[in-house]
Amino acid sequence: MEKTYWRSLEELEDPKALRIREAREESKQKSLLYKKDEGDTGNSRRDFLKTLGFSLAATALISGCERPVNKAIPYLIKPEEITPGQASYYASSYFDAGDYGSVVVKVRDGRPIKIEGNELSSVSRQGTCARIQASILNLYDGARYKGPQQRSNTIKWHDADLEIVKTLDQLKQQNGRVVLLTQTVISPSARQIIEQFLAARPGTEWVQYDAVSASGMLNANVKSFGMRAIPDYRIDKASVLVSFGADFLGTWLSPVEYTRRYTDARRLDEGQRKMLRHYQFEAAMSLSGSNADVRFPVKPSEEGGIVLSLYNEIAKAKGAERLNGVMPKVDVTALAGELLENQGKSLVISGSNDENIQMLVNGINQLLGNYGQTILWESALQTKKGTDQEMQSLVADALAGKIDGLLIWGVNPVYDYPEGEKLEAAIRKMKLSVSFAERQDETARACEYILPEPNYLESWNDLEPRTGFYSLAQPTVSKLFDSRNVEESLMAWSGKQGSWADYIRNRWKTEFFTRQSEYTDPMLFWNYTLQKGVFEPGTNSSGAVWEPSGLAAAAAALEDAQTGAEVVLYESIAIGNGKYANNPWLQELPDPIAKISWDNYASVPVAFAKEHGLDNEHVITVNGIELPVFVQPGQAEGTIAVALGYGREYAGNVGNGVGINLFQQVSAKNGNRRYYLTNARLEPVEGKTYPLALSQTHHSMEGRPIVRETNLDEYLLKPEAGNEMHEEFEKKHVTLYPEKEFPAHHWGMAIDLNSCTGCGNCAIACQAENNIQVIGKEQVRNRRIMHWIRVDRYYSGDIANPDVSFQPVMCQHCDNAPCENVCPVAATPHSSEGLNQMAYNRCVGTKYCINNCPYRVRRFNWFKYVDNDRFDYNANNDLGRMVLNPDVTVRSRGVVEKCSMCVQRIQEKKQTAKLEGRMIGEGEIKTACQQSCPGNAIVFGDLNNPESRISKLFKDKRNYHLLEELHTLPSVGYLTKVRNKA
Amino acid sequence: MYNLKIRGRHIIGDKSLGQISGDIIAPIDAKTPLWWSAALVVSLGLFGWGIYSMYITVTQGIGTWGVNNTVGWGWAIINFVWWIGIGHAGTAFSIFLLILRQTWRTAINRAAEAMTVVAVGCAALFPLLHMGRPWLFFFIFPYPNTRGPLWVNFNSPLFWDFVAISAYLLISASFWYFGMVPDFATIRDTTKSKVKKAVYGFFSFGWTGSSREWLRFEALSFVLGGIAAVLVVSVHSIVSTDFAVSVEPGWHTTIFPPYFVVGAIFSGFAMVLTLVTLMRKLYKMESFITDSHVDAVCRVLIFISLIMGTAYLTEIFMAWYSGSTYEMYTFFKNRIFGEYAFQFWAMFICNAIIPQLFWFKTVRSRLWIVFIISILINIGMWFERFNIVITSLSHNYIPANWAEYSPTIIEIGLFVGTLGMFSAGVLLFFRYIPMIAISEVKSVAKYDKEQDLTRSLSHETSEKSKTQAQH
Repeated sequence: MEKTYWRSLEELEDPKALRIREAREESKQKSLLYKKDEGDTGNSRRDFLKTLGFSLAATALISGCERPVNKAIPYLIKPEEITPGQASYYASSYFDAGDYGSVVVKVRDGRPIKIEGNELSSVSRQGTCARIQASILNLYDGARYKGPQQRSNTIKWHDADLEIVKTLDQLKQQNGRVVLLTQTVISPSARQIIEQFLAARPGTEWVQYDAVSASGMLNANVKSFGMRAIPDYRIDKASVLVSFGADFLGTWLSPVEYTRRYTDARRLDEGQRKMLRHYQFEAAMSLSGSNADVRFPVKPSEEGGIVLSLYNEIAKAKGAERLNGVMPKVDVTALAGELLENQGKSLVISGSNDENIQMLVNGINQLLGNYGQTILWESALQTKKGTDQEMQSLVADALAGKIDGLLIWGVNPVYDYPEGEKLEAAIRKMKLSVSFAERQDETARACEYILPEPNYLESWNDLEPRTGFYSLAQPTVSKLFDSRNVEESLMAWSGKQGSWADYIRNRWKTEFFTRQSEYTDPMLFWNYTLQKGVFEPGTNSSGAVWEPSGLAAAAAALEDAQTGAEVVLYESIAIGNGKYANNPWLQELPDPIAKISWDNYASVPVAFAKEHGLDNEHVITVNGIELPVFVQPGQAEGTIAVALGYGREYAGNVGNGVGINLFQQVSAKNGNRRYYLTNARLEPVEGKTYPLALSQTHHSMEGRPIVRETNLDEYLLKPEAGNEMHEEFEKKHVTLYPEKEFPAHHWGMAIDLNSCTGCGNCAIACQAENNIQVIGKEQVRNRRIMHWIRVDRYYSGDIANPDVSFQPVMCQHCDNAPCENVCPVAATPHSSEGLNQMAYNRCVGTKYCINNCPYRVRRFNWFKYVDNDRFDYNANNDLGRMVLNPDVTVRSRGVVEKCSMCVQRIQEKKQTAKLEGRMIGEGEIKTACQQSCPGNAIVFGDLNNPESRISKLFKDKRNYHLLEELHTLPSVGYLTKVRNKA
Repeated sequence: MYNLKIRGRHIIGDKSLGQISGDIIAPIDAKTPLWWSAALVVSLGLFGWGIYSMYITVTQGIGTWGVNNTVGWGWAIINFVWWIGIGHAGTAFSIFLLILRQTWRTAINRAAEAMTVVAVGCAALFPLLHMGRPWLFFFIFPYPNTRGPLWVNFNSPLFWDFVAISAYLLISASFWYFGMVPDFATIRDTTKSKVKKAVYGFFSFGWTGSSREWLRFEALSFVLGGIAAVLVVSVHSIVSTDFAVSVEPGWHTTIFPPYFVVGAIFSGFAMVLTLVTLMRKLYKMESFITDSHVDAVCRVLIFISLIMGTAYLTEIFMAWYSGSTYEMYTFFKNRIFGEYAFQFWAMFICNAIIPQLFWFKTVRSRLWIVFIISILINIGMWFERFNIVITSLSHNYIPANWAEYSPTIIEIGLFVGTLGMFSAGVLLFFRYIPMIAISEVKSVAKYDKEQDLTRSLSHETSEKSKTQAQH
């Protein structure tokens, strides 16, 4: 029974009479409007008919309807571009904590519901990462500040401005120090406004701070090249890639970009004969390490020695000077040899924050001639600018009481800087503390003023992620709360009140307009650039000049390898630096390697676990901090790893108390923060267990041909290497039944296992597109996760340093589906286009189909996950439900659901094609997972079209079907994984 | 001619027909014993726990159970199959033994049929409750409608289940009820209480005991028996196709229909034995349910246990013979040594090994051992269903999906609730319904008087020869 709403006592008493009265008044208003246009004689008849029609309709509606219509607000004058029920797409850009993506936002009925990558961007291309996909939910987060506050009391913007300006003036007179602490600002316009603010208020400083910093690299690049930036790594141009602990596919610098380039360099689906070879030196099993061809588990303190030895080997061959320093633990002669064979086509990178290691890496690349080939300074990455030394001295001064005012924008040092608690106390004592935080966080809580900035989806912005590569952001929804862009606050406090939108627009119409010649009208330039979202004039030269003089000192300063246990602190793919810990989608995304949700944990090596009798869900203390144990194959001996970004205390009701905060353990060494601990005390805790929500508990394929693999040399000899059984199974497809025919379309999907890095971004894209619900840790632990697509992860080989395989699995849409047969109520039929359909309203929930699916891709709604206090996530409040896609049913308790191959997108495109009287183009329909994949691993298309990419992939010798021996005839094909081991 | 001899007497003590009725009706006329009331309270208490579990299941969801996306069926389906198996007691006893003309069934068949009806009632709860949306259960009925019309999926074993179990419940209940009509008439005629006279009078349908009515009674028994005989085999075969039709390793095997049917008869006979040993002790029915009756059931159990053992070994052999890695893993690694190895071995020992003790007369004659073994057989059968359902689901084709299952308190509550419902039903049966088929027992009472029969036969022939001689 629907709840009836009433707005007044008269309505409650006699709703019908009230409605009739209201309708009459509305029509009176309308006729008044029409009266204004009466000058146009041509319209009066139309107006009359309109009014007549409206009243008739109104009366009919009222007399027929028992229930009054609630909250239906029709347009009086429909805006030209907006058709209710049809989506509009706006280009925007996402940037946070170093993560950048140029995106296209799908807006339905005035609210954004989905983020896609912007194909026009040469930086992020069409890909996104899990955090960018999940960012749509950050807009609809109840933990966002609703308006300006002063110590828990609301305050008006105007009043806040007056007070703050007064305080700033006072501090200036007293020669007080005011610091604007921000994350890396990549907006050229924002930078200009900040400069203006600093100029208008002498004595104010600006410090950029990254929670996970690249300061070592920046300092090294300054010394080596005079550039405080990070060069562009053209992985796609390399033949050999050596990474020292850089998780470039997961969280290092620009993973979306690097994933695309990496997968481009390793594809074999168009007759390529060469593949990038990837070496990884690391302690923890990272996403990049799991994709590497050759992986060396080493302790973090051993990295310096290995880099130096590599440098020396290469220097020896090139006739350059060898340097003195620590000894290596791994013999790198063969590796050096290979790099020397690929000069100018190789790439050595390091994720270390140790300046000295980074300088040596620069030296190696310089010797190999990689600069200008695989490493370009012209398009340097600008997304990390924070210098640790600056932040260290700022914090030291703050703790000493020397900072009088702190304006904090986009960072949370109370949580993620070591000594954060002391910093909080210091902030509370400051004369002026302002936070511009969008949402609750530990630092904002300590500040006097909270002037919330809007979400990026509600803002204008311009961004320069790479030198010469720009993108724009525009609002896709009007501000949900009372927020104001920080730039406008700064402008107001500089005495130059104005609108941020106007500022950007003017700047672009004047300055950027001159850097191109395509458009001669500035307004046209602005409109088209805004529509495309990107502007990429590029730069011709960078001004980088190689300076070798610091190398010897760097080598000498390298740290010795330590003997004690070491703890690696890393960013996890889903949570990153913890800013969006309140996002339930991110919390529930299983970590690609461990498959654990809703927690961080100590990854321990297999040998260590055996030695101490540890298993998953046991507990150990790391320097006195209790952490649950997870046994990680491949974790280097003598190390453990723990993810940062957890243990938030004040993030919102989803993120509070999830995991343990390890940021406080990060230390500063050589002035640069060190993201690993040496000589750590590890002690197992007897008799204690801690539940971990694992979505996969078995890691071996048990000899079953689930992920088929081969090596490049075998593949080049025989393309069906590793996949020979496919032919045999194809021959065995004998059936008594008539073969199913698909006269029109036959949808299929192909997944290139070489291109899937396992990042899990597809799961979030699917969750956003298909209204998949969050179920919480307890339910995930009971293997009830709702993701329609999952990425399975298998280990093979030596358990101490295994090979890792990833396989995304979703409904295979079997043409001989075992699930369809067994549903007693015929709730899951097969469509005439090859899709296995799911009729939610017919399903009674016997779960026979779940049991009979050999791939286990079906999901059951065990509880009511929407509007249920027991699952208090985004689906339990009106704000969070705004993210729901209106094209997809929200499932009720007791029904089965599964991947539908985004049938709503298929239908939408079919309809468009029909209206336009044409066939559907190849590649026109993109499923959510396909569209978001940064590696382009998923291809969807029509198998009936022999020219389509998918038909060609299905004919590839690498193609096979999962469990094809069961004669399920899946519509999903996998291309075997080809490694490139030596 | 059939061999009408059995090893012992049908009824001990030379009872007249009136005495037979009196003995059997005595518990109905007597005052309610204290132990009965206590047992009923306990049973209703357990049933109450079951009702609460049902309430939680329907209002909060199947999420309150321990099943998950890998193991989609848990205790509910195990219990469902177990109860249906137990229900085969009545059908096997009454009907199979009727068709095989085993007269000794007559002392036990009424109790067995009563057990069937209650057991099938218990079983029918589970398919209903395990649905995610049980209020839409009627979707499974193929009723004409205006949505197409939209029919059910006739290929689905769950639909076959629905047909089979509805038929089973109907036929068993009819067979049981119609058999009781003459007995109700007996009670109506002999009871002193006015209430009992009215109630039993109503249920006896105006039975007068005329020859025509007896003829019709016999005919009806044979017709219903004939239909029900098919059900003995078909119902559990269909239940087995829930598994056999699927692709899961360990499920997809043609041995399941006969395997399940035999298992059901095994389960049923064992439960009958449990109940009947209790019955004869509590109600002093030793003269009707004699030691030789118990002995006969035990012998049948040996035979069936051997079949079960053979079936287990066949499954294991076929898994090896198939060469399928999935099947071999399921049988050799997963079931025998895996997470649920305890359940496998409990099943094997309780079903294939322990009943072999019945070879020894000393075991068969000690009724407390017989009682214990019969309970162990049912426990073994429960573990067999657990073994089949859970191990195949939990470790199936793709190792990334492997997950474990353990029941929650709600599932346990439901099971205990059905145990309570069963025992309450049986207790009510003992109290208000003649627990032995009076009319049928009377019909075989005279078979014991063997000498009389041969004497009368020889008397006949001598008479005949006399008359022939006369003519």
